[in-house]
Amino acid sequence: MILSNVISQLLGGMVTSIEIFLLTLLFSLPLGLLIAGGRMSKFSPVRWLMKIYISIMRGTPLMLQLIVVFFAPYYVLGMSLSPDYRFIAVIIAFTMNYAAYFAEIYRGGIESINSGQYEAAQVLGYSKFETFFIIILPQVFKIILPSVTNEVITLVKDTSLSFVIAIPEMFTVAKQIAAADASIAALLVAGIFYYVFNIIVAFAMEHLEHRLDYYE
Amino acid sequence: MSLLEVKNLKKSFDDNVVLKDISLSVEKGEVLAIIGPSGSGKSTLLRCITDLETEDSGEINFEGTFGLVFQNFNLFPHHSVMKNITNAPMRVQKRDKTEVFAHARDLLRKMGLEDKEDAYPCELSGGQQQRVSIARALAMNPDILFFDEPTSALDPELTGEILTVIKELAAEHMTMVIVTHEMAFARNVADTIIFMDGGVIVEEGTPDEVFSSDNQRMKDFLGKFYD
Repeated sequence: MILSNVISQLLGGMVTSIEIFLLTLLFSLPLGLLIAGGRMSKFSPVRWLMKIYISIMRGTPLMLQLIVVFFAPYYVLGMSLSPDYRFIAVIIAFTMNYAAYFAEIYRGGIESINSGQYEAAQVLGYSKFETFFIIILPQVFKIILPSVTNEVITLVKDTSLSFVIAIPEMFTVAKQIAAADASIAALLVAGIFYYVFNIIVAFAMEHLEHRLDYYE
Repeated sequence: MSLLEVKNLKKSFDDNVVLKDISLSVEKGEVLAIIGPSGSGKSTLLRCITDLETEDSGEINFEGTFGLVFQNFNLFPHHSVMKNITNAPMRVQKRDKTEVFAHARDLLRKMGLEDKEDAYPCELSGGQQQRVSIARALAMNPDILFFDEPTSALDPELTGEILTVIKELAAEHMTMVIVTHEMAFARNVADTIIFMDGGVIVEEGTPDEVFSSDNQRMKDFLGKFYD
């Protein structure tokens, strides 16, 4: 099969991979902040629940989590699911997993902010809500950006794990073509795709870091 | 009635009793300096009055707004000088933007920082940062201004510029409570001096009274500065 043919077949897979990537970030970044909040809660049952959640999400393979999220509603709860659920399951599993990692990154960032910042805000009369969103969180973003970049780059590559529940993303399609053609050309194209994707991600994140360089 | 009145204030951290029955009052326009060795409880006293710590017992009577200038400035590093000063008056006090900006520029001029409104804290010297933080506190139109060792984080040559600013404020009859290690300054600027040691007020009076006190602890403490 000629290369242009391979690429045109992979194109649909690329779009799916990019969708998984974007939707995961869209949901897991805010969810991670909520989990971080729970993890730092003064109410110990919530704190422990979040601790256990993070521990499980980080301590088991993402591939396994994908399978569980996809099959559990049917096998455990006896629900019959629409064909659309396959893609939804991928987004749920990725979001749950990445939110756990982001939560720990947020927590590290939040805990690194000097208590004097909270005190200054309190004395100036800012509410707790304003203090967090106006004073603390913008500083946290700058601090955690390099760690977030690492996770985002990993996410690009992790999207390929969705093959395990037969989502027709890039890697799934590439494997099928490679098997049918008895050639690794499609896998090489897939490799280039992930690499270029990540170069773009790294470039964008670096640009963001520069934009936050206006203060130390 | 006094502007600020503290009655029988007590505060412990676990088993460590930091404040043992502190009472004091501050009149409008008065400058009170609190001196004493490290660990004497003077910063904790200020932190209780400004609600950064909760007292175990006692009463703090104060109606109005206050400002607090920290030892480490605690400016917001991601906000420009102007935003550091204007954000709380606009957001918290809901004051008009034009008025707040004019007020802020006025304060910056007073602090000799009129060319720094777009700078970020990291671009300023320690003395400049502390002056910005004084401007930030003054922008809230406080009835009383508290200073928690405002020069302790500064080099000796930068200390002078802060003390000059505080002296100017005293001349304008700003009510101030200053926790400080600068003995000569306290003597010079304060109407009243309180000497604290071991969580109690050992001496209280005019600078002349306190500095000529016969109290042995007071004399020992002053001796360290004059020997």
